[in-house]
Amino acid sequence: MQSHRASDRLLTIYLGLFLLYLFLPLVVMAAATFNTSRFPTVTPWLGTTTRWFEALYNDAGMWVALKNSFIIGFFVIVVSVPLGVAAAMVLNGVHAKARGFLYAVMVSPLLTPGVIIGISTLVFWDRLGVKGGLHLAVIGQSSFITAYVMLMVLARLQRFDSSLEEAALDLGASHGQVFRRILAPHLKPAIISGAVLAFFQSFENYNTTLFTRGTDTTLTIYIASKVRTGLTPAVNALGLILIAVTVAGAVAYEIMRRRESARERAAEKAAEQEQMSALQLA
Amino acid sequence: MSELFRRYGTGMALAMLSGVAIWVLAMVVLPYFVMVEYSFHPNLTVVEMGGPKDHYTLENYASLFRGIDLVNLEFPDDFRVFLRTLWGATLVTFICLVVCYPVAYYLAKVATPERASFLLLILVIPFWINEILRTFSWYIMLAYSGPLNIILKALGIIDAPVRWLSGSGGVLIGMTYAFLLFMMFPLYNALETLDRNQVEAARDLGAPTWRIHWRVVIPHAKPGIAVGCIMVFVLAASSYVVPALLGSPGTRWFTETIYSWFFEAQNWPRGSAYAFILLGLCVAFILTMMRVFKVGLTDIAK
Amino acid sequence: MSQDVELDNVTMRFGDFTAVRNINLTVRAGEFFSFLGPSGCGKTTILRILSGFTEPTEGHVRIGGVDMAGKGPNERPTALIFQNLALFPLMSVWENIAFGLEVRGVPRDKRRKRAMELLELIAMPDAADKRISELSGGMKQRVAIARALAVEPKVMLLDEPLSALDLKLRQHMRSELRAIQRRTGVTFIYITHDQGEALTMSDRVAVMSRGRIEQVGPSSEIYDAPQTPFVATFVGENNRFSGRVADIAGGVARIETAAGLLSGRAGPALKAGDKATLFVRPERLRMGADEANRLSARIHHVDFEGSFANLFLNGAADGEIIVQAANDGALPSLAPGVELALGFAPESAVVLPTGGDAGTGAGSGEMQHAAAEVAA
Repeated sequence: MQSHRASDRLLTIYLGLFLLYLFLPLVVMAAATFNTSRFPTVTPWLGTTTRWFEALYNDAGMWVALKNSFIIGFFVIVVSVPLGVAAAMVLNGVHAKARGFLYAVMVSPLLTPGVIIGISTLVFWDRLGVKGGLHLAVIGQSSFITAYVMLMVLARLQRFDSSLEEAALDLGASHGQVFRRILAPHLKPAIISGAVLAFFQSFENYNTTLFTRGTDTTLTIYIASKVRTGLTPAVNALGLILIAVTVAGAVAYEIMRRRESARERAAEKAAEQEQMSALQLA
Repeated sequence: MSELFRRYGTGMALAMLSGVAIWVLAMVVLPYFVMVEYSFHPNLTVVEMGGPKDHYTLENYASLFRGIDLVNLEFPDDFRVFLRTLWGATLVTFICLVVCYPVAYYLAKVATPERASFLLLILVIPFWINEILRTFSWYIMLAYSGPLNIILKALGIIDAPVRWLSGSGGVLIGMTYAFLLFMMFPLYNALETLDRNQVEAARDLGAPTWRIHWRVVIPHAKPGIAVGCIMVFVLAASSYVVPALLGSPGTRWFTETIYSWFFEAQNWPRGSAYAFILLGLCVAFILTMMRVFKVGLTDIAK
Repeated sequence: MSQDVELDNVTMRFGDFTAVRNINLTVRAGEFFSFLGPSGCGKTTILRILSGFTEPTEGHVRIGGVDMAGKGPNERPTALIFQNLALFPLMSVWENIAFGLEVRGVPRDKRRKRAMELLELIAMPDAADKRISELSGGMKQRVAIARALAVEPKVMLLDEPLSALDLKLRQHMRSELRAIQRRTGVTFIYITHDQGEALTMSDRVAVMSRGRIEQVGPSSEIYDAPQTPFVATFVGENNRFSGRVADIAGGVARIETAAGLLSGRAGPALKAGDKATLFVRPERLRMGADEANRLSARIHHVDFEGSFANLFLNGAADGEIIVQAANDGALPSLAPGVELALGFAPESAVVLPTGGDAGTGAGSGEMQHAAAEVAA
């Protein structure tokens, strides 16, 4: 028993070191934003300043890259969400034998290195006379982001009771009405989180974009090039802002998810109580 | 297929099928084929394409291996890079596994549920942060007069600062950091399903801790280990940012070689061939892991 | 032409398997009609054919004289109540009820008004804005019926809608369903494997087995005058005495069995010399010997049920003999080991031919269970 507790304590210490390892670099990077040193570092601390935020704000290149990232992210949603929904529905509706094969083909982009997706997209469209640029970045990213959306929608779709579709048809609804009124509302949460994930994946993509971007710059490309040429703590300022936005988003998403599951539990409980009181009446 | 038409009607079924066809064919399958086909062509100008010089060749693949001298163990540059990538990715995968295992075990089986869910939330945060930023943070940490050298010196572990960024240490550290959590979550998911009683039973039977892990916990975690290794290996082998930011000319990565064939040497067929070789390496690794650990594609996609 | 539902030589095959075979049947307008049979007998297939989710391999379905071939479920004057009800979980109660009107383009205020009327009909006037997940099983049931009624169907199709409810609620819903059917005058076609449901609610019942209809008729006829051995054993409990027909005279057949010469009403197409079985209900077997048919048996087990008791006896029958004895004060004398003299009138029994594929051997536990439910 003694050694058992000792090994647990060892584990706890290890966990502490692990968390330090995970977060120290991020803290250092964030802190370096406020150091007056021209090279981003915390050692030595030359004085506290916020001028690197100003420098970032005045960097026209950053704004162009940011705008490009938003444009790509928007169009990746436009492309990958409908395709991902269609793919999930097709996968759900085909014969079991075809399903396995189709599934393998559809998830293969998730296991393919991003650089290779970028290269194959570049070469393929070059053959058709299309050169690199934002549009090609959208196509390249969508080819694997669609798979993420497909998986999320598929998971939701598998929890769908298809007799609801039949019931709606039986009550006189057309196929279009069934989709709009019955299936789409059911899939809505998966579609929304799919869209959020799609934007996020697009926004932080580097490998695929590197090969398909042509001469355009996205925010990730901008950061990487700044690190190698012309690094100042303005990059840290950008990183700090992105981290803050990400953390806020992740926490909000998590709270939303937990609240959702709490609501589902409450509804189930209410139905149970209703059932009980109905029984007592009967 | 007929079920699709029955459930959604002709119009919608056709729309869905054409959407899937566009994605699967025009965005996934055909680009692969074209890339592979391209890699068997010599590097020609647009004018020469389809002309007499345009014939299929293995030259782009052969060039990677040409000049290998197994007797004197001399390798050509590109092949050396390839070997370094293979070895480096393997090493990173192994380090990630070793580093993550205790944490995943702690989260899944030792910590209380509330504590575990809090820690998981904490762990997810770096996961969401851009790979480039995570790498960049180590660029600062590893600088010659950066925090790491100062800490290590203060602890008395080193006497003089280390030039992390000019050896391969920086790349390995950066990659481990960047891809660690892709090992953590599959491992955690697999360990979470382990019945705590199994561990208790083994302990009750007098098994020492290492043996419990070796005989009970690790076998149970196999699918998670496989998935984690696949994710980390593929990400590491195909990483571009980490070696570009934390490496030096002496620690070139295969992706960098591919990139330079494309955009510096303007030799797309050669670049395509190398890309295909990289893809082959990843697929071989994935298939090996799937075979060894007996996991299916659906397990990985989770 | 009234709104009769006609099944004209309907056959449904799935590959080699024939789920439904040559069904010819007319369900009259305004009737409460049940298909009764064990699972896999083809009753659900018939329902899906009627509702339009599957097209029959052969034959025709006509509703009000109109051939339904090629008409999808959304083009037929039928409304289906699903086994799991299939209420739309993301819509409120009234939106569920008004869905059929919504897809027909009825304006919102009219829809709401109609939904309120129907809620009144199902005695849930205050539930309009509740969520489906807030309803109890019985309430969901009624909402599903209201939703189907809202589109004013000519025919309601019900697929074992009570099977998810517990026993008490199920019995309550039987009378409620019957009442709603009477009030609305809509034709109800009801699918069930529960003979209690079928017999209590229906004007007529079709008993099905292996894709065929064995017998169609009012509940009492199904119970009292089964026309096939399958019906005789599937519906209710029956004692069986098999043998060979000695002679038939005046509608009464005499049959040579292990228990001696017994007589009963002759079933259809019965000839002297046929292999046949005589069926007699447990409640028609009388103690005492003043009947035309007599036999004796020894009690081995007694199940006391309150107002009556089931006696299980060993005698010269196929399987054990069951006698239902009223609790009239004589029960205490009926203990295991007692030898009883039993008798029954010829008009209480029926003699049916047992050809090659008759389902006589089907006196399984499930059926005894179902019989107990009828009795309770």
